[in-house]
Amino acid sequence: LSRALSPQAAMTKLGQWLCGLVLLGSAWAALALAPPGLRLPAPFRQALLPLPVYLLVAFGCYSLATVGFRLATFNDCEDAAAELREHISAARADLARRGLRF
Amino acid sequence: MAGGGGDKFSVLLPTYNERENLPLVVWLLARTFRDSGKDFEIIIIDDGSPDGTQEIAEQLEKIYGSDKILLRPRARKLGLGTAYIHGMKHATGNFIVIMDADLSHHPKFIPEFIRKQKEGNFDIVSGTRYKGNGGVYGWDLKRKLISRGANFLTQVLLRPGASDLTGSFRLYRKEVLEKLMEKCVSKGYVFQMEMIVRARQLGYTIGEVPISFVDRVYGESKLGGNEIVSFLKGLLTLFATT
Repeated sequence: LSRALSPQAAMTKLGQWLCGLVLLGSAWAALALAPPGLRLPAPFRQALLPLPVYLLVAFGCYSLATVGFRLATFNDCEDAAAELREHISAARADLARRGLRF
Repeated sequence: MAGGGGDKFSVLLPTYNERENLPLVVWLLARTFRDSGKDFEIIIIDDGSPDGTQEIAEQLEKIYGSDKILLRPRARKLGLGTAYIHGMKHATGNFIVIMDADLSHHPKFIPEFIRKQKEGNFDIVSGTRYKGNGGVYGWDLKRKLISRGANFLTQVLLRPGASDLTGSFRLYRKEVLEKLMEKCVSKGYVFQMEMIVRARQLGYTIGEVPISFVDRVYGESKLGGNEIVSFLKGLLTLFATT
């Protein structure tokens, strides 16, 4: 029982995704492809049917926007490079003084 | 309790053809630790480098003392994971620092790792290039794009709770690293990712410190198609098995 209650411990990420997809997929299928007697009103069904594709496209846009933003804000460490060059000179001088033969 | 209260930091430096950089990295490490008053040792694991890295390591041992510089070479190139295992066998510290020996990682961040570790009593402190004022030097747009794209994919698929999974500049409690090394099986970039993923599975806590990554070799060793493919394969394997 405790294993069932702590799915994160037992399930792989793939397992979690499959579970999620099955749950959402069957809910969507039940609502969107219901037989005539059990259908939702027409407007709801019209919105529901293409929902998976919409979500996929939305996720695609989110991904592009996020990666684009992170790319644009990726810090360039000019100072770090300059500081490293100074440290390298200091290190070489001091090590030579201490007898290191490069 | 004065100073580090008895903490000792073992720095593992696997090297292959680092004759030029090794003395500089060791000098910076020694200076950083002496300035911060922490006890340390540097374990150099050279995989039979043909350029004389081992010879210069021996000179460094004479200069700094064999209690500070431990040479534990191997006959040939045997890979990073086994280098860590090999190095750890000889580590007398209670914390292990892993980093690159080519000066892309600057030892000046180690005191910040130590401070962060104390602040949150973390099991692992990971340097991140993607948060705060972390960043890189020497990468063109294409390389940055690949890096951010790969990291995004990793975040979506693995939800790891750490921003920089392929980074290799980290501080571990010794017993935590030992436990993780038993469990990790991947190679290359994916190995570093697997360590974090397994750490989370085992309930270890991870803190992050922004670091700057200074890439001076990018011009010579561009990220090839092969590396990208093996990264994707490794990522999918972790996705399916953890």
